[in-house]
Amino acid sequence: MSLYGLQKLLYELNRDEDLQARFRTDKETVLRKYTLTAEEYKAVQDEDIGLLYILGVNGQILMHFAAMCGLAWPEYIQALRDALKVHGNVRAGIYATTDGKGAI
Amino acid sequence: MSLVFAGICSHGPGITGRKDMADPEHVEGLYAAFDRMRRALEASRPDALVVIAAEHFANFFMNNMPAYCVGMAEDYHGPIEDPDWLGIPRTRFPGAPDLSTRIIQSLLNYIDVAYAQEWKFDHGISVPLHFLVPHANLPIVPVNINCQGPPLTPLHRAWAFGEALGRACADVTERVAVVATGGISHWPATPDSGKINEAWDREFLRRWEQNDKEQLLAYTDAETYADAGQGGFEIRTFIALAGATRNRPAKVHYYQPIPIFAVGCTIGMVDLGMVDSGTADSGTLDLPEVN
Repeated sequence: MSLYGLQKLLYELNRDEDLQARFRTDKETVLRKYTLTAEEYKAVQDEDIGLLYILGVNGQILMHFAAMCGLAWPEYIQALRDALKVHGNVRAGIYATTDGKGAI
Repeated sequence: MSLVFAGICSHGPGITGRKDMADPEHVEGLYAAFDRMRRALEASRPDALVVIAAEHFANFFMNNMPAYCVGMAEDYHGPIEDPDWLGIPRTRFPGAPDLSTRIIQSLLNYIDVAYAQEWKFDHGISVPLHFLVPHANLPIVPVNINCQGPPLTPLHRAWAFGEALGRACADVTERVAVVATGGISHWPATPDSGKINEAWDREFLRRWEQNDKEQLLAYTDAETYADAGQGGFEIRTFIALAGATRNRPAKVHYYQPIPIFAVGCTIGMVDLGMVDSGTADSGTLDLPEVN
């Protein structure tokens, strides 16, 4: 169930500018509202886009959080590729990698 | 009044957000195709535009995910994405709450749709409207089919939804246009982004052009996931439009794989023939009769 909580946090962040502002000023208070594993908590805290992808966050949620964290599109794709080398393929969800040979 | 316009188009966020990274000839061709679609839409003199979309967690989440939802709001705002990231400024579109209400009431005879009086557009609707309604002056009725969070509605239900939508639009007095927007094969927002199965796309579009119900509904989700990626689940929007325009031939006016846009970019329109005059025989629907 914790992937649900992780994705819900990012979903709400993506669509709520007030929550984004609170996240920027007091990340821990925002994070405590959601049911997260220690690994998920740290991945969001560190804005570790690659690990969030490996943990199974839907790409349509993750790419907007990545943009919010200041990653340009090629940097976002590269973060996912780097994480695949470190952690192996995606652990849950429908956004697993097949061959990783995209356009960039 | 029956439908006055029906078409399909792509909505990938790269189309506007990453246009400077694409082959300029591809950008020019796609934008010109969008413009031809806009002119055809305007020539049909619609009173409102129904957009059958596959949103990406702008409004709906796994806490309460409707298979089908229709907007019923006074107005709509979008995109939710960073306007600089998407290349589209935040825009207000007028809604058509009275028309929405009548369409929803009609749909409920056949499909248990949800409705929403709040709705934020993401790139799935904002990109098509950026090209097709550039002055934000046409009332919008947004429709969503969940293509993101499994379990997903079966393809035969997407067709049935389309049939019911076509019937609902035939029963209202307004001139209604419908645009379905989705991807065909694509693996968006993953390290595979830019991979496109062109052969699969062309076969799907051939079936769509022929309004071949049996062949359009023959795909299993496992096959689609393997051959067309998680983005391929969005064929539900194109299938719904085919159901709404049952027995009408259609034409794909533009198809070009554009990897940096992460999808085979597509523009297609349905030949509605005499439907515009309200005199065409819409054929025998599979929907049960409702008194």
